[in-house]
Amino acid sequence: MKKTFMLEDLDCAHCAAKMEDAINKLEGVNKATVNFLAQKMTVDAVDDRFDEIMQEIVKVCKKVEPDCEIKL
Amino acid sequence: MTKKQKKMLQRILIAAALLVILHFVPATGLLKLALYLVPYLIIGHDVLKKAVRGILNGQVFDENFLMAVATVGAVALGDYNEGAAVMLFYQVGELFQNYAVGKSRKSIASLMDIRPDYANLKKDGKVEQVDPDEVAVGDEILVKPGERVPLDGVVLEGSTNLDTAALTGESLPRSIQPGDEVISGCVNMDGLITVQVTKPYGQSTVAKILDLVENSSSKKAKAENFITKFARWYTPTVCGLALALAILPNFFLGGPWTMWLHRALTFLVVSCPCALVISIPLSFFGGIGGASSQGILVKGGNYLEALAKTQVVVMDKTGTLTQGHFSVTDVAPQPGWEKAQLLTLAALAEQHSSHPISKSIQAAAGLEPDPDRVAEVQELAGLGVKAQVDGKTVAVGNARLMEHEHAAFTPAEGGGTLVYLAVDGQYAGVIRIEDALKPGAAQALKDLKHEGVEKLVMLTGDAPEAAHQVAGRLGIDEVHAGLLPADKVTQVERLLGEKKEGRQLVFVGDGINDAPVLSRADVGVAMGAMGSDAAIEAADVVLMDDKLEKLGVAIRIARQTLRIVNENIVLALGIKIAVLVLSAVGLAGMWAAVFADVGVAVIAILNASRMLRCKG
Repeated sequence: MKKTFMLEDLDCAHCAAKMEDAINKLEGVNKATVNFLAQKMTVDAVDDRFDEIMQEIVKVCKKVEPDCEIKL
Repeated sequence: MTKKQKKMLQRILIAAALLVILHFVPATGLLKLALYLVPYLIIGHDVLKKAVRGILNGQVFDENFLMAVATVGAVALGDYNEGAAVMLFYQVGELFQNYAVGKSRKSIASLMDIRPDYANLKKDGKVEQVDPDEVAVGDEILVKPGERVPLDGVVLEGSTNLDTAALTGESLPRSIQPGDEVISGCVNMDGLITVQVTKPYGQSTVAKILDLVENSSSKKAKAENFITKFARWYTPTVCGLALALAILPNFFLGGPWTMWLHRALTFLVVSCPCALVISIPLSFFGGIGGASSQGILVKGGNYLEALAKTQVVVMDKTGTLTQGHFSVTDVAPQPGWEKAQLLTLAALAEQHSSHPISKSIQAAAGLEPDPDRVAEVQELAGLGVKAQVDGKTVAVGNARLMEHEHAAFTPAEGGGTLVYLAVDGQYAGVIRIEDALKPGAAQALKDLKHEGVEKLVMLTGDAPEAAHQVAGRLGIDEVHAGLLPADKVTQVERLLGEKKEGRQLVFVGDGINDAPVLSRADVGVAMGAMGSDAAIEAADVVLMDDKLEKLGVAIRIARQTLRIVNENIVLALGIKIAVLVLSAVGLAGMWAAVFADVGVAVIAILNASRMLRCKG
């Protein structure tokens, strides 16, 4: 399943790249892209655990960039 | 400016004022430290907080951490003024950067803003505003003047002009009558129309285009990947160098250790990678946005990169170089006849035929069918048509029909399909019908050569004679005719093998039957894609209207983007390295370092935002 999320207060391009890296390392994520310029994140992950994976994503993003809010 | 940015501006102004005042206060020792800590904390408290949080989360090399260490270090060395000022300038730069990025992001977003907000759904005699998503196929919607067409459909009632500029970059409005198809994303200019929806929103043109543009940044250009990778080792390396600079020279070169520590702190400031990481994707994003405002959709930065290195352009003939439908290109009457007369007679005689040739004559004559003027229509298989028109016997058909009618005629030369006319057994003239060249095709190809394309190749399924004639008129270097779709793939593969290292092969087609070639070429360009889903999906670059000239525009935009990308890489890396070297030998202070970080980022962003105004 592929879903797109808006990101709020994503202030730094380098952090976006780090977030993308961290998300792609999560299990069950096929491919994730964090688009700093569009302030959007696209996550392609396995269907049955999608919500669970999203929660993990929120957690790792908080670690990298605590100010950035993912709008679920 | 956003609320956040305004707040930051206030902090900057207060801290700057305090620093100026403190400059004239003759405090020393601990009092001086305490006084300078006020502006320092006002301007830098969030950076310090983020730095601590970063360390707790295991994010060591982020810019907050680096700035915190550098400025705290400067304060610890007794340079209170410098510590506070460097933090101040860092924040000024960040604010600029934030503002500039926000601004270009908004202008790119507005270039791509074709999303319809609502649809006026007609339901049980009432009109209701609903989300375009909720409208089903077969529903009727109203589109008022000034509104965006929310869904693809067919006009039932009303006529108007549509502004397609947002989709095609074409400023000439398109006139729409009942029965015509309308495409979502166009703006209704003057009339009220009722549209029957033919596709759900998710499959509408506008949804497809938006999806394509929004996902374009997931296909990264080589330059983008290089920068991301580079940033990953750049920061740790410079930090390592800073550590070495703080320790090693003390053993070999002497000098006060605080001096080396000071220079090392300067290194930390330079080591932020943001200027690079932000400006390269922004340049590509700007290029893609600029192209889309011209009706050129590019599916990723990598394709812009490839387009800029185009060596070979392979084209389909029908629909790409030619109009893809037959039309009258010449009428040669015998003495005593008028061109219009010939067309009228031929059109009337053939008014019942739906053959493309007859249709094109009817279109050229511009007549409504009039059964009263025509009688005794005879279809002569393989020859043409014979009929009584206004009381005269008119024979319309090929050369063999003229022989059959014993009309003395001179066969005409040249390509296309020739339709001869005889009236009452006397030869009256000839009408030439061709799949005419597109008006701008010749100029477009000249432009491509001018842009450095070395070879133009035409592939077609048509007969060699017609193909060579078209190629000759357009100055095409290589022609392959009589090809089946599979042969086209073989030809493209051969050309791919022959092209120069590092250069690219572009294929342009109208998206009909050429999906395999589109995907095989380095860059597949589909043109005339308004309303053709298959083409939008198969191609890497989509020209929304059917003008070949847009390919030249796309290549120019791609070149310009790449030039800005390279400028930014050289600028950012060059200044950073220069400042590193200068500060290692003590010629550049922390001020220069702050400039090398945020100043360069701002310059790079401004440079990238030039792409938004690039018209190719």
